[in-house]
Amino acid sequence: MTITRRRGVLLGASALAVALAATACGSSSSGGGKSSSGSSQAASVSDADLQAALTAGGNLTVWAWEPTLKKVVADFQTKYPKVHVSLVNAGTGNDEYKALQNAVQAGKGVPDVAHIEYYALPQFELTKSVVNLDQFGAASLNGTFTPGPWNSVQSDGGVYGLPMDSGPMALFYNQTVFTKFGITTPPATWDEYIADAKKIHAADPSVYITNDTGDAGFTTSMIWQAGGKPYSVSGTTVGVDFAGDAGTQKYATAWQQLIDGHDLAPVSSWSDAWYQGMAAGKIASLTIGAWMPSSLESGVKSGSGQWRVAPMPQWTAGGKVTSENGGSSLAVMKASTNQKLAYAFLKYATVDEGAQTRVDNGAFPATVKQLNSPDFLNKTDPYFGDQKINQVLAQSAGEVAPGWSYLPFQVYANSVFNDTAGKAYIGGSSLADGLKAWQDASIKYGKDQGFTVK
Amino acid sequence: MTTEPLKTGPLKTAQPVRPGRPRNSTPPIRAKARRAPLKRRKSLTLTVLCTVMLLYSLLPLAWLAINATKSQQNLFNSFGLWFKGFGFFSNLGDTFSYEHHIFARWLLNTLLYVVVGAGGATLLATLAGYGLAKFDFVGKKAVFATVIGAVAVPATALAVPTFLMFSKMGLTDTPWAIIIPSLISPFGLYLMWTFSAEAVPAEIMESARMDGAGEFRTFFSVSLPLLGPGIVTVLLFNVVTTWNNYFLPLIMLKNQDWYPLTLGLSTWNDQAHTAGGDVVFNLVITGSLVTIIPLIAAFLLLQRYWQSGLSAGSVKG
Repeated sequence: MTITRRRGVLLGASALAVALAATACGSSSSGGGKSSSGSSQAASVSDADLQAALTAGGNLTVWAWEPTLKKVVADFQTKYPKVHVSLVNAGTGNDEYKALQNAVQAGKGVPDVAHIEYYALPQFELTKSVVNLDQFGAASLNGTFTPGPWNSVQSDGGVYGLPMDSGPMALFYNQTVFTKFGITTPPATWDEYIADAKKIHAADPSVYITNDTGDAGFTTSMIWQAGGKPYSVSGTTVGVDFAGDAGTQKYATAWQQLIDGHDLAPVSSWSDAWYQGMAAGKIASLTIGAWMPSSLESGVKSGSGQWRVAPMPQWTAGGKVTSENGGSSLAVMKASTNQKLAYAFLKYATVDEGAQTRVDNGAFPATVKQLNSPDFLNKTDPYFGDQKINQVLAQSAGEVAPGWSYLPFQVYANSVFNDTAGKAYIGGSSLADGLKAWQDASIKYGKDQGFTVK
Repeated sequence: MTTEPLKTGPLKTAQPVRPGRPRNSTPPIRAKARRAPLKRRKSLTLTVLCTVMLLYSLLPLAWLAINATKSQQNLFNSFGLWFKGFGFFSNLGDTFSYEHHIFARWLLNTLLYVVVGAGGATLLATLAGYGLAKFDFVGKKAVFATVIGAVAVPATALAVPTFLMFSKMGLTDTPWAIIIPSLISPFGLYLMWTFSAEAVPAEIMESARMDGAGEFRTFFSVSLPLLGPGIVTVLLFNVVTTWNNYFLPLIMLKNQDWYPLTLGLSTWNDQAHTAGGDVVFNLVITGSLVTIIPLIAAFLLLQRYWQSGLSAGSVKG
């Protein structure tokens, strides 16, 4: 679930500062006790307890913007008639986070369950707004989810959400346009990709291989694939280092060639112009998360039959490394008065029947079972010329580079990406310098919020 | 959804008022007729300038009307200012039936907020403005300063504190969270204040009192008719503000069932910003068109009052 609008999160900032101060005070005394209490609670909530909570019923409020959840909630209420779930769309991405922070601050109107993207989850975890699900036995779900998403919801030995979907990256390309410009096989490496980009744009200046005006989510995913680890996080000690990170430099050098040649369409992702560009065949491909098919089918109807999916281009020929782009989880809010029931819903929606319902309605699974099911893998889709696209996407899910982490204030960091690194896309600086500026802005903010920044 | 052209439209055509014209009694039509014999120079420059402004103001409206007739697919592969296919009625039908007729619900919500909120705000502003203009009491200057100060504070700045307060009172996510803040209109109050001071001569009030009318009777039977143009002006201001209210509902409301049209259309638009979301730009555009029609109707119907209201105020300036 990538969203593109970036807005300041001033409210979040103050909430974060307060919570951080509280964390800093509490960490010395509770550091040892936390894990032991966690494990004792883990034993106290069993599947039978969850079943009992479901049978007893109650009211749950769920904040989510994910479209397939509607059906999941309806099925859930049919199965457990005593549970009433009100599903509220409190905004997409940043809008919801802002509303969530407002509610947490006000101490009222906080939902029981919230939909939170992976990149934003650490922020809510750090402010202690979401619950460590270990106490309900979430640790036993190890192996249920694919490694990328499962790593994304864990932090300091706790599990702070259950993965709802994942976005292993792949190359979505318009085969008709590629063929028109003499590209018969999709680029397998980034070198080939850059060569193809220049070939397309030279032949017809109105056509671009892809669009990019500076997108924090895309950039971090690209650095992730290149083996970069610019962020290091350990509790309230964080490190941000783009300048000295080999993966970052590898990406920045390559992408700079496309920026310099004006080979990238100056169109922001998710804008009207973006859909229009793809519909008109002016934007020929996207390197994006595996959740993209349903958006293409709904937003770019005229591209039906033209699009195909290929593995993400590699940094070394023959390599098999990918990264995650977007993806989101469901988390239980600390303010919930019925956390056990909330967790039972989480489990239904992400592991049990709900996982299948969501896949049936076009979501990309984060669960191993759904990902490996023959029905899923062999599904063909006329939009993609009856290609078995899920095989490509599922393979990507298994090749995600390990060891990536986002900042505990990534929501803020992403919101200032365009003011810093974004300048590179309009020729204000080089991408490497822009990323250095982003690093400085992130470090400054981190310090202001009371983090120990390396 | 923009109403800018509408706001400026009537203002531009407002007739300048010559001093000495009997206030409020002359409809604009007659004013024009009386003015006709006067010598007037015709300015070509002004005509051209006004035509350009008119086209500039109407262009977004024309775009909206044209594109409301296109399907989602045709929106992307046709010229923005010309037609391609005619799907207005199917768009209209889809707009109202999409997601279990939620659009109709939003329309009714908006009407509720406008009738109760803007209507109530106008009533309060009229009563308070009249009271402040026509009665002397201790602390009047302080009230004046407060009102003038309140005009300077943008409603946006108050939204978050209001949210925190309302959430303590348990009012968030209810219609009251929109209606109560809408009831306060410092600018309307100020306008009614200056308007009352001008439009209701003290002599008339005196004579009404002499005839034995109480203050309420004086207000409703004597003053209120004189205040008509001012009330309509304030009402229009409040209706537009409430109808277009976006930020306050965004903060206060989470339950889609209480959304006004502005917020609802924005959520539809946002569906395109997320993976797996249903892209419904055609419904957003048609919905926007439907949203502005009542405002246009309100302006056309109340325009003459609005004009005379404005001109009455302008005498003072």
